[in-house]
Amino acid sequence: MQLTGAQALIKSLEQQGVDTIFGLPGGAILPVYDPLLDSSIRHILVRHEQGAGHMAEGYALATGRAGVAMVTSGPGATNIVTPITNAHMDSTPLVVITGQVATSSIGLDAFQECDITGITMGITKHNFLVQSAHELPRAVAAAFHLATTGRPGPVLIDVPKDVAQSTMEWWYPTSVDEYDLPGYHPTVELDEAAVARCVALIAQSERPVLYVGGGALKSRASAELLAFADRTRIPVVTTLMARGVFPDSHDQHLGMPGMHGVYAAVMAIQRSDLLIALGARFDDRVTGKIAAFAPEAKVIHVDIDRAEFGKIRRPDVALQTDVATALRAWDAAGAAPRALDGWWREIGQWRSEYPLVYDEPEANGPLRPQHVIESIARTAPPGTIVASGVGQHQMWAAQHWKFEEPNSWVNSGGAGTMGFGVPAAIGAKVGRPDRTVWCIDGDGCFQMTAQELVTARSEGIPIKVAILNNAYLGMVRQWQEMFYDERYSEVYLSADLPDYVKWAEAMGCVGLRATNVKEMNDVIDEAHAINDVPVVIDFRTDSSEKVFPMVAAGASNDDIMVHPSQRGGR
Amino acid sequence: MNTPEPFAGEVTHSPVRHHILSVLVENKSGVLARIAGMFARRGFNIYSLAVAPAESHARFSRVTIVVDAESAPLEQIVGQLDKLVNVVAITDIAPREAVERELLLATIKTDVSNRTPLLDTLGGAGAAIVDVDPGAVTVMLAGTPAACDALERDLEAFADVELHRTGRVALPRLGRATPADEQQKD
Repeated sequence: MQLTGAQALIKSLEQQGVDTIFGLPGGAILPVYDPLLDSSIRHILVRHEQGAGHMAEGYALATGRAGVAMVTSGPGATNIVTPITNAHMDSTPLVVITGQVATSSIGLDAFQECDITGITMGITKHNFLVQSAHELPRAVAAAFHLATTGRPGPVLIDVPKDVAQSTMEWWYPTSVDEYDLPGYHPTVELDEAAVARCVALIAQSERPVLYVGGGALKSRASAELLAFADRTRIPVVTTLMARGVFPDSHDQHLGMPGMHGVYAAVMAIQRSDLLIALGARFDDRVTGKIAAFAPEAKVIHVDIDRAEFGKIRRPDVALQTDVATALRAWDAAGAAPRALDGWWREIGQWRSEYPLVYDEPEANGPLRPQHVIESIARTAPPGTIVASGVGQHQMWAAQHWKFEEPNSWVNSGGAGTMGFGVPAAIGAKVGRPDRTVWCIDGDGCFQMTAQELVTARSEGIPIKVAILNNAYLGMVRQWQEMFYDERYSEVYLSADLPDYVKWAEAMGCVGLRATNVKEMNDVIDEAHAINDVPVVIDFRTDSSEKVFPMVAAGASNDDIMVHPSQRGGR
Repeated sequence: MNTPEPFAGEVTHSPVRHHILSVLVENKSGVLARIAGMFARRGFNIYSLAVAPAESHARFSRVTIVVDAESAPLEQIVGQLDKLVNVVAITDIAPREAVERELLLATIKTDVSNRTPLLDTLGGAGAAIVDVDPGAVTVMLAGTPAACDALERDLEAFADVELHRTGRVALPRLGRATPADEQQKD
């Protein structure tokens, strides 16, 4: 069967089981958009290529499958560099297809030419510049294999226009051997000796903590983690990237550690004698000052990526495998710590002394952002997926939303990409149309990517967006208040400009506003009753509200600042 | 830190912090950029680098990288290198367990006054003359990095020297390599 490269590319994506592509056409990718008309694959036409990338990420985070984005060459390609960086930092499986100028024009500064494989070399797991139509099926198969196995990540396929237009005899690789990846071996044999050393360290421990990172989600280890935690009674903390992998309602769950972590989660790590890192990478937002991080703890580090071992903290035992395999191996070996009653008493004291708190809102406003989040969470259907942007609202969402299942939290961790929330929520809703999807956003973030609500409306993707509108770039404002003598530099945005309700309506969405608690409850109910179009709510929140607890950048976790109302006794 | 003991008949002047990574890579365009980019991105230092097609396979090339293991732990450098999809195998060779060779080429302006000392220098170093014209001579030395260092120093006594070195290539010393040195990806 003779196909054009463009037809072969689409057919290869169908072979991979792709059901959705997020994209925007342009000159160099034009040939590929023609056979798309005859394909079963749904294409979501975005309004900016960054939106396509974040939607594909949201899709991937909500489904656990690779997200796919397709854009043209030059500025189309560079506009998707931010999502690629974001996916690289958070190990999100992504396949990005970019158009490229014809092979005969490469290197000649042709119209809309840019060296996107060069640009993305350091922010992809791998990338391909496809040289012939015959190579396209192999590139697609290899890209999905690379994106979804081992430590997942983004893979880019650059397709020159003449490659898409030329013809090839259709074929598709049927086994990994045909992918031509002689240097890629994502599975490693389990090191039984290292497993035994882990079991021995766990057996000696009296103050262990399971420090669970995003790798646990990637390896779908929720069931194994629950079984291991239940059997051993070891306390669990879940990082920003791991929220949802372990139910927040579980009594062994201490919450999120780190810069804005729950006091008990932070202190349990600091005082632990054994830190069991499961697919976590000792990010500076978790460790604070590294020299003062968990100073008495021995470290077991489980990761699929051996380059993580010793990158930040030298482990006592490194176990290179995925989290689920490690937990099963430990369970099989009967790994168990000593009696943890004393440890749990200590933790119980931290929990009761310093729970997550915030000031109750006054009846006539302004709203408290934490209260808004808890009010949405209380009334949202079970299994609701939450996306967020980056900043204060993200931290409050991570703290105050109670996550009960994996892939229900869609968020930008490592890269901290403002504007991630709206497009990521759209992608999540496309991947999981049966679920309610809320985007908890900030006013600053919303303004960066809000135009994708036009996409959502026109494609029939009814997400709900809660803008916690404090009229500021709130996290920067918080730092300027606390660390720059309240000298506020370029952080004021205005609560009224733009008019978020009118803007929402202009984009075909329902726009609502709440300035006090009564209105808040009403609009949340109203939003939950609307299921055909996107809803945007402008919640007017207190500008001076800050995220607590907080560990200042570069400070020791021991110097954690709790909420002002809790400071009397310290 | 241990000082490397010299081997009979050969002194390696490699500072102990230098490590030699013999890296088998796919012979594809951009592979060198991927390696160099990763080193730059991670702040790892490359001391020297030599690339050529490996053995008889056109499919693979061998990159010999002398790394500064002081800039980052060797296991970090190897681990990050290992993640590059086009990297097929990495052999880590400690300098004391390596046979290292490097090629030096130099063109020296000659006249009546410097011919005799130059010939003495070349003879002492074991360098060969590979090209001559009435006013200049091009010489070659294939030897240990230390021997190349020594000749380079000796040639500083002469005016108008143009000198090129290839960077070293290396193989494990026979009978010294242990299985632990082989970091095959599997």
